[in-house]
Amino acid sequence: MTLGRVSLVVCVVLLAVAPLALSPFRLGLLAKYLCFAIVAVGIALAWGQGGMLTLGQGVFFGLGGYAMAMYLKLEEAGSAGLPDFMVWSGVEELPALWEPFGNPVFALAAVVLVPGLVAFLLGLLVFRQRVRGAYFAILSQALAAAFVILLVGQQGLTGGTNGMTNFTRFFGLDLSDPNGQRAVYAITALVLGLTFLVAKLLVRSRFGRLLVAVRDGEDRVRFLGYDPAVVKTITFTVSAVMAGLAGALFVPVVGIISPALLGIVPSLELLVGVAVGGRFVLAGAIAGAIAVNYAKTVFSEDFAEGWLYLQGGLFVLVLVFAPKGLAGVVESARLRWGRKPAEVVA
Amino acid sequence: MTALLEVRGLRVVFDGFAAIDGLDLTVEEGELRFLIGPNGAGKTTLIDVVTGLTKPTAGSVRFDGQELVGRREHRIVRLGVGRTFQTATVFEELTVVENLDLADSFRLPLRSLLRRRRGVSDAVAAALEAADLTALADKPAGVLSHGQRQWLEIGMLLVQRPRLLLLDEPVAGMSRSERERTGELLHRIAATHTVVVVEHDMEFLRKYARKVTVLHQGRVLREGSVAEVQEDPKVREVYLGRAKGKAVT
Repeated sequence: MTLGRVSLVVCVVLLAVAPLALSPFRLGLLAKYLCFAIVAVGIALAWGQGGMLTLGQGVFFGLGGYAMAMYLKLEEAGSAGLPDFMVWSGVEELPALWEPFGNPVFALAAVVLVPGLVAFLLGLLVFRQRVRGAYFAILSQALAAAFVILLVGQQGLTGGTNGMTNFTRFFGLDLSDPNGQRAVYAITALVLGLTFLVAKLLVRSRFGRLLVAVRDGEDRVRFLGYDPAVVKTITFTVSAVMAGLAGALFVPVVGIISPALLGIVPSLELLVGVAVGGRFVLAGAIAGAIAVNYAKTVFSEDFAEGWLYLQGGLFVLVLVFAPKGLAGVVESARLRWGRKPAEVVA
Repeated sequence: MTALLEVRGLRVVFDGFAAIDGLDLTVEEGELRFLIGPNGAGKTTLIDVVTGLTKPTAGSVRFDGQELVGRREHRIVRLGVGRTFQTATVFEELTVVENLDLADSFRLPLRSLLRRRRGVSDAVAAALEAADLTALADKPAGVLSHGQRQWLEIGMLLVQRPRLLLLDEPVAGMSRSERERTGELLHRIAATHTVVVVEHDMEFLRKYARKVTVLHQGRVLREGSVAEVQEDPKVREVYLGRAKGKAVT
């Protein structure tokens, strides 16, 4: 067995025993980190493999999260009632936009399709015009800012700044019950596993090779007869769907969705984990996302003000001294001390 | 013989400077045509226009009867026009075989692209052979020498089975032995393809060229066999007047 396989088995075992070993509170935190890890897989695809520095993954995370939250709120309110925040803001009738979200199938489809469709249309528009590099990064960041403004402004529709919270049930599971929480954790871990598998298959396929080619020489790819805009749009869409799924799971895991969780800063934080772990290696991105968010919890518990500086410093250190992240450090160590050269693609 | 490439009344203006100024050129099916001319004559610009990289100010470029001007680069490739670049650009992080395989796969539907590559197609194996890169097949293209990169790029062009190949200075910067091998490769390719070669190297030209077109200041100055072109006083003047080192003698 290769080192990669061994670590994969170890990780699966660790995730499997976590519900037995951790308190419900800690398990909930782990589930939250796993949500961010799902986003990280998507960022590693778009940024690491495809060269698209997306600073606005919070938007897709939010679209998935709000779609899920709307369903949960309606389920809770029952057939006649209104979601609690609407009552507080004086809304008397359920807005038309909300109507279809009472249907669980529609809501689950929206979790995937809404972020996917937004990313697809945006990608087609932007990549066709050959917007790339820093310009794409700025554009995606502006999108995150605009999205937050939109959410805050629509108090009656979205709960405004407060967002939505106080979720009690998730498809029949009681979210206040430790068993319910364990089930939500298990679903999250499973979705992370599936996301990783899909990304891995994509990276190893011809399409994955083409994606790397687009990253390293977009103009050259055109002269091989491919349209780079299509390749980038597909990848960007896949990464957005992953963020959407993560957002949808975040709602029952953490129990809240609000604009503060998906603006510019949270979008950047998602990126920091990927950079630290190593954006060129999927497993590295996952490890980075979990590690950075764990560190955030630990440091925030003890000295909250220090964390931002630490995070910023970490980001700069990694970009300057280990641009390939922890995965890159492991890779060079393996090349130096290991017998056989490691696989470049992981 | 039928015309495969017809360039008519082509004009390309960059910031008021006419890089190509009323150029007409016809390349017949099956030809091996060399394009020469002093720096700034418009050779590379011509290739850029044919392949869609540069939009002309005026004029038309017809390939097998179809207008190429206004089409996007990858569409032109799909019609059967392939090119190489002055500085060979290959994908350094991908292996030699992956580079060739990507070039070979451009006609595959998306569904098949989403699968993993299994083995090596006949076309890729043949291109590896032709480019003399079989031994390096699984090495990243980044480790290749300058000459090997040129061959890999030519190999990538071959697996695409284009009807027209445009090679931009394929032997620039190559050693003598590399130039010879490239020349042989070129002749093998020309036996089954229509090829247009932009080249500065006079020795290479004398050895491998059949028909030559001399460009000067964005226009065709002379067209003919190597001997005819070399003896033409106007051609001599253009070359001698510009750069003594590149004299056509």
